[in-house]
Amino acid sequence: MTVTPLGIPRRLLEFTLDGEPVRAPEGSTILDACRAAGKDVPTLCEGDTLTPKNACRVCVVEVEGSRTLVPACSRRAEPGMEVRTGTERARHSRKVVLELLASSVDLSTTPRVAGWLKEYEAKPDRFGPDAARVDEEPRVDNDLYVRDYGKCILCYKCVDACGDQWQNTFAISVAGRGFDARIAVEHDAPLTDSACVYCGNCIEVCPTGALSFKSEFDMRAAGTWDESRQSETTTVCAYCGVGCNLTLHVQDNEIVKVTSPHDNPVTHGNLCIKGRFGYQHVQNRD
Amino acid sequence: MDLRFGDSKPTDEERAAVDALLGPPESSWEGADRSDADLRWARGGREARNRRDLLLPGLHAVNDRVGWISEGALDYLCRRLTVPPAEAYGVATFYAMFSVRPRPATVLHVCTDLACTAAGAAGLCADVESRLAPGSGVQVERSACLGLCERAPAALAIRAGETARPAFEDEARPGPQGGPGAQPPGEGNGKGRRGRTTQRSTAVCAPATPDTAVRAATAPETAPPEPPPATAVPQAGDPALTLLRRVGTADPADLDDYRAHGGYTALRRAFALGPAGVIREVTDSGLTGRGGAAFPTGRKWQATASQPDHPHYLVCNADESEPGTFKDRVLMEGDPYALVEAMTIAAYATGAHRGYLYLRGEYPRALRRMEHAIGQARARGLLGDDVLGQGYAFDIEIRRGAGAYICGEETALFNSIEGHRGEPRSKPPFPVEKGLFGRPTAENNVETLVNVLPVLTMGAQAYAAIGTGKSTGPKLFCVSGSVARPGVYELPFGATLGELLRLAGVRDNLRAVLLGGAAGGFVRPDELDIPLTFEGTREAGTTLGSGVVMAFDDTVPLPRLLLRIAEFFRDESCGQCVPCRVGTVRQQEALHRIADRTGDGAADDIALLREVGRTMRDASICGLGQTAWNAVESAIDRLGAYE
Repeated sequence: MTVTPLGIPRRLLEFTLDGEPVRAPEGSTILDACRAAGKDVPTLCEGDTLTPKNACRVCVVEVEGSRTLVPACSRRAEPGMEVRTGTERARHSRKVVLELLASSVDLSTTPRVAGWLKEYEAKPDRFGPDAARVDEEPRVDNDLYVRDYGKCILCYKCVDACGDQWQNTFAISVAGRGFDARIAVEHDAPLTDSACVYCGNCIEVCPTGALSFKSEFDMRAAGTWDESRQSETTTVCAYCGVGCNLTLHVQDNEIVKVTSPHDNPVTHGNLCIKGRFGYQHVQNRD
Repeated sequence: MDLRFGDSKPTDEERAAVDALLGPPESSWEGADRSDADLRWARGGREARNRRDLLLPGLHAVNDRVGWISEGALDYLCRRLTVPPAEAYGVATFYAMFSVRPRPATVLHVCTDLACTAAGAAGLCADVESRLAPGSGVQVERSACLGLCERAPAALAIRAGETARPAFEDEARPGPQGGPGAQPPGEGNGKGRRGRTTQRSTAVCAPATPDTAVRAATAPETAPPEPPPATAVPQAGDPALTLLRRVGTADPADLDDYRAHGGYTALRRAFALGPAGVIREVTDSGLTGRGGAAFPTGRKWQATASQPDHPHYLVCNADESEPGTFKDRVLMEGDPYALVEAMTIAAYATGAHRGYLYLRGEYPRALRRMEHAIGQARARGLLGDDVLGQGYAFDIEIRRGAGAYICGEETALFNSIEGHRGEPRSKPPFPVEKGLFGRPTAENNVETLVNVLPVLTMGAQAYAAIGTGKSTGPKLFCVSGSVARPGVYELPFGATLGELLRLAGVRDNLRAVLLGGAAGGFVRPDELDIPLTFEGTREAGTTLGSGVVMAFDDTVPLPRLLLRIAEFFRDESCGQCVPCRVGTVRQQEALHRIADRTGDGAADDIALLREVGRTMRDASICGLGQTAWNAVESAIDRLGAYE
């Protein structure tokens, strides 16, 4: 069980969501209100413990009086606002954004995208066989991480997690511009020559699998990765006294990766190199 | 912050370039040799991080000296400013004028944008590239609009070196009558400078021929000098002018001459009115922003002035990079003190004590002129702790852009000044509430600010009487392309497109007019009675934008022009949001596919373009993505480009 701290009481504000009056705590976003009302608005770059970057634009909704569509993940609800989530205009933009993404990168390991592509009738192939894609070989330069640029949608979550929002290491940033923009470490060096401290928090937040554990990457390559055969057990890390929670993903009695619950009030999903990667001793049976 | 710097060391030259900007390092914590004392104290933290806004000037310093930015130089700069190297690398690779790979000391930027393309830039590029093959010591780069559209085709040579500090003396000062022809070509360039150690580090070459462009890059002293700014103002000397009246008549290097031509009367009136009085006057004048958004200036100033958070900042947006726009350049080159005075007034009204002039990196002469003007004004007590003896403190800092159209977007400009990538922020919060360094900021375009002077000298009523009811005052238009007299024209709002084009000497066989630049729209030759006002152009289903009027005759291949516009947006997208980052690429691909097709052959791709364009307009974060489809759409709908 995780403990959810009670915050300062917040006033409720009232606005209209798809014609229905709704009440949401002051400071909540349109997306929060949508979720509370049971509406499914797709998101990719939004992260539960990070400040929304609103870069992916799949969560756009229509707000009365706004010239353009607004990103639900970052726009705060205001009293009296009239929000519509399922209009033709919003659905069209979501469809095309999904098409643009799916036509430029590999979304095969992105959870839920296949369903959204179907729901919005997106046809990524219609840009033609010559449409520019980010087709790059995965970069495997160490034993812990793999960086697969062919799956990166530039959601900035890893940059924020490595930077001032989680880890404060600032080892990665976005380099270049436009379609050529890439997540990179300094001088686009191998990870081993960078400031990376291998906490793996960027993997924790990556929504597409562009950043992955070497263990997962190898098993996928070998065709042995099977989430249906995996169980998850949350326990306490034994390395030090902080008490971070670890979720062990176990397949066939082997730990295959370690994540951390985001609703944990101590760590919010953060771990260090030992907690995230130092699990081999557990399965050393000698 | 958990900072790690690599092992790469800067060369002596790189270190000297950075130290010239930041002063010598104080301890080994920021790159000096280690002393015993360094083991007992650590410098850094908040104080050092607060200098992050010197990152862009630091990158310029290295690039100006060496021509590119090495790992060692970048790491040293990061150490000095306590900036993570990964972030600085992200910033350095964002701007077109920087390179993180070795390159020759001289880079020749050849403009390939709309006006230059129409004037034969493709041939010029090919010719220059064949003459300056690799190994010639010059790197030729095809560049986005250099803002020299009235003298297309254009090239700009930039040479790195120890003396690469742009010096004001390196061009002849135009006399009071320095109009067109006052400076015969070939003279005024070498005179008095030969034997000096200061070599010219930038050479503007427009109109460029293969020969002059090559000379500008290889032997700048033999290249023809840049004509005086007044040559860009065909109306120069006309006493009816308001905004342009000093261009060509007053010496842009002489503060006394500026005052003799009515300079600083507006500031005196501002001090007499007080800040609230100035805002009232500006509001009553109906002045709206001239950068393209047409937001009421008085309202913006009022909103900034009333913010309880302090300090307030003033930012002048001189990052004019819209293809076809060059009016701000002409104003800054021809009448720099006017901008200094106008910025002082704006700062006084909004309660700012520091102003930033963000000037695009491709304007070497405007930079020199503004540096000189600000220095002179400071020396004479017109900037500084006690402006005009009124007890009001204000000073201006120039920040040089480094080649990124997106930095003209107001929030991207803040990020750029602060030393981050020039990516736009999402709004709200708006700049008047949280702008530069997170503080209330009034940001105005150069032309907008210069309009404040006549507002105060004429009075709001007289100013509002110019133009139409909703679009008041005089307006500058940048006319280029297929006209006899391209240049900056000043007309009261309400003149028609046809009147303006006749003034500029439009040629017969006119095929199309691009209004508002690459983010604007095309109109047909039979639509020349469109009144040039914000409301008039809106009614006609187009936009006035920043005042670009580009005429194309029937010799200009329209599909190629559209492809160039698409290329421009693809190159200039910052890459932050998906609709713009991928949408601009898909737009260019579709236009490429239908370059030679019409009718049914193009129908599928046009339908695709419409869908992508609609999404870019609806879902992009900022104006760049939102307008990237405008010109192409108007060419399809109004001109029947692919029928």
